[in-house]
Amino acid sequence: MSIPLPLFIAVPLIIAFVLPMFGRKGKAVATALANMVTISLLVFAVASIGKTEVYEIGKWSIPLGINLVLDGLSSLLLLAINVVAAAAMLFSIKYMEQYTAKTKYLSLFLLMVAGMNGVVLSGDIFNLFVFLEIASLASYALVGFGCDHEELEASFKYMVLGSIASVFILFAIALIYGNTGTLNMAYISKAIQNSGLNAGLTFALAMFMAGFGLKAALVPFHAWLPDAHPSAPAPISAMLSGVLIKALGVYSLARIIFNVFGVSVAVGWVLITLGVLSMVVGVFLAVGQWDFKRLLAYHSISQMGYVILGLGIGALILANNGKVEWAAMAILGGMFHLVNHAVFKSLLFLTSGSVEMSTGTRQLKELGGLAEKLPFTRATCTVASASIAGIPPFNGFWSKMILVIASVQAGFLWLAAVTVIVSLVTLISFLKIQRYVFLGELPENLRQTKENKGFMLIAMVFLACLCLLMGSLVLVPGLKESILEPAVKVLTDGLNYSANIIPKL
Amino acid sequence: MKGMTIIVKTISSWVKVLIVLFGIYIIHSGHLSPCGGFAGGVFLASSYLLLMLAFGRDVVERELPPSVALKIACWAAFTFAAIAISGLFFGKNEFFWNYIYQKWLAGAGIEVHFIAAGTISLAEFAIGLLVGALLFLVILNLSTFRRDTSASR
Repeated sequence: MSIPLPLFIAVPLIIAFVLPMFGRKGKAVATALANMVTISLLVFAVASIGKTEVYEIGKWSIPLGINLVLDGLSSLLLLAINVVAAAAMLFSIKYMEQYTAKTKYLSLFLLMVAGMNGVVLSGDIFNLFVFLEIASLASYALVGFGCDHEELEASFKYMVLGSIASVFILFAIALIYGNTGTLNMAYISKAIQNSGLNAGLTFALAMFMAGFGLKAALVPFHAWLPDAHPSAPAPISAMLSGVLIKALGVYSLARIIFNVFGVSVAVGWVLITLGVLSMVVGVFLAVGQWDFKRLLAYHSISQMGYVILGLGIGALILANNGKVEWAAMAILGGMFHLVNHAVFKSLLFLTSGSVEMSTGTRQLKELGGLAEKLPFTRATCTVASASIAGIPPFNGFWSKMILVIASVQAGFLWLAAVTVIVSLVTLISFLKIQRYVFLGELPENLRQTKENKGFMLIAMVFLACLCLLMGSLVLVPGLKESILEPAVKVLTDGLNYSANIIPKL
Repeated sequence: MKGMTIIVKTISSWVKVLIVLFGIYIIHSGHLSPCGGFAGGVFLASSYLLLMLAFGRDVVERELPPSVALKIACWAAFTFAAIAISGLFFGKNEFFWNYIYQKWLAGAGIEVHFIAAGTISLAEFAIGLLVGALLFLVILNLSTFRRDTSASR
C-alpha cells in the first residue's frame, strides 16, 4: 500500500481547522476525531517504513515545484513522532478535562504534529523553515495554555528565543539561496559539491548550527527549555521533550550537515563539544532540581547530548576518511538513542502528569509514598527511569552501549568514560524521583489519592511496553535492517543524498 | 472609546467599501498574476482596521463578532485543504492537482481568463478569507491591551 506523502501533513491540518468549530458541546466528538487522526497517522507511518519516495506536489517538476522526500531517516523520525503523538493524544482525553477550551488544544496539537511531519518530509529548505515555524508557533501557544503567570512567562521566553532561532535559520537560507540560486536541498548539495564552500556558505552553516542548536536546546542555547517544558500540560511536555526538539533540532541539523553541506573535521569537533557539554551540564543541573517536570526537562538536554555526540563522532570519522562501519556504529547509537529517548522521556512526562493530576503538585518534597496509591503509574515510571538510566533489559541500555562501543572503537576512550559517568548521574537523579515520589512516607494530605485509569493508563502502558521491546530493534536481525540501518545509511552516504533523491542530476 | 470626529467617521465608512472592493480585486486577479489571497486578505482586514480606528472597538465587534471571524477562518482553511486533497481523487491522483483547468472547462488554455486558472482561483479565495479573518482577529486581540496609565500616577 502506497500512501501519498502529503497526507502526513494534510490530514492533521484539515482536521485541525475543523476542530475549533465544534465548540463546547461537541467536545467528545472532537476528541474522538483527533484521536482517530493521530492513530491513522501512526498506521501511515508504519506503512511507509522502508520506502524511498520523492513526491512532487501538483506535478510541478523539482527545481520549480515543492517536493517531499521520504527516505530512511525521515521514516524513522515519522515513526517516532507519530508513536509519541498517538500516546500523548490518548493521554490528553482525560488529562485535558482539567483545562477549558479543549477543542482549541486539540487543534493546536494537530497543527504541531502537521508541522513536525512536514519538517521531516520536506525536501526543500524553505518549506522546512515554514513547517518548522508552524510547529514552533503551535508549541508557543501550547506552552502557555494554562494562562497562569508562570506559564505565560515561560511561553514568552520560549517565543523570544525560538524566534531568534528562526531568524538565524531564515537568514542562513537567504545566504544559501544567494550563493547557490536554489532552495531544493538536493540541488543545493550538488551546487556546493561543484563549487566548494565559500565564506557566505560557511557563515550560513554556522548560523544553521546556532539556529537548530537553539531549537534542539543544546547547552549554550538551552536557557528556554527548563522553563518551557515543565510549564506546558503534561502531554505537550511529552511531545516537546519527546519529539519536537528532535524533529526541529537534531533531524534538521543532521540533514543539513551530513546531506547538504557535507561533513568536515571542524564540524565534527563542534558537534562533539556541543554533545559533551549538553550531556554533562544538563545532567548536573538536573540532579539538584526539586520540581518533578523541571528535573525531567534538564534530562532532555543531557540526553540530547548523547544523540549529538553519536552524530559528532560519526561526522569526525567520515571527515577523516576513517572506516565507514565505525562511523555507522556511532550514528546508529545516536539515532537509536533518539528514538529511545522519544519513547522513555514522553513516558516519564506522562507519568509526571498522572502524578500531578492525582495529587495536585509536582514538588518532590511535597510528595512521597505513592507506590501503593498509584501502582500503575509507579510501575511505568520505574520502567522509564530504568530505560533512561541505561539498565540492561530496557531500550536505553542498548543505545548507550552502542555509543560507548562506538567511541571506544573510534579511539575516544575519554568520551566513553564521560558517557558512562553521565549515565551514572542520571541513575542517581532517577533514584531520587523514586525515593521522593513513590517511596518514603505518605503525607497526610495525599491519603485520598486515586490512580488514573482508562485512556491515561493505556497510553502509559503502551509506551512502557515499547521501552521494554525496543531493544529488539538492534537485537532482532530483520528489524534492524528495515528501520534503523536505512536511517544510518542516509547519513553515512552523506553527499550522495542528491544523487539518491534525484538520479538525473 | 467613542471614536474620532464625524468627518473621519463619514469618510471611513465610505472608504471601507472601496478598500473591500480593492481587496476582492487583488484576490481575484491572483489567479495567474502576482497578486492573490494573501495580499488581498490583508486589504480585507485593513478595512476593518480603519473602522476600528474611526469608530472604536465596540462598533467593529458588533459588525463582525470574533466568533464569526474565527468560524470564517476555520471554514476558509478547511476549504483550502479540501481543494488540495480533492486533487487526489480527480484527474491524475496528485495532491494539489489542478483538475478543473486540465479537464472540464471550455475556456481552458486561454491564459487571461479568470476561469482558466481552475482550482487556483478557488484556493486563492479561501486564502483571502482566511488571512482577512485571522488578521482581523489579531488586530482585535492586540487592541484589547492598553498601556496602564493609572499605575504611574
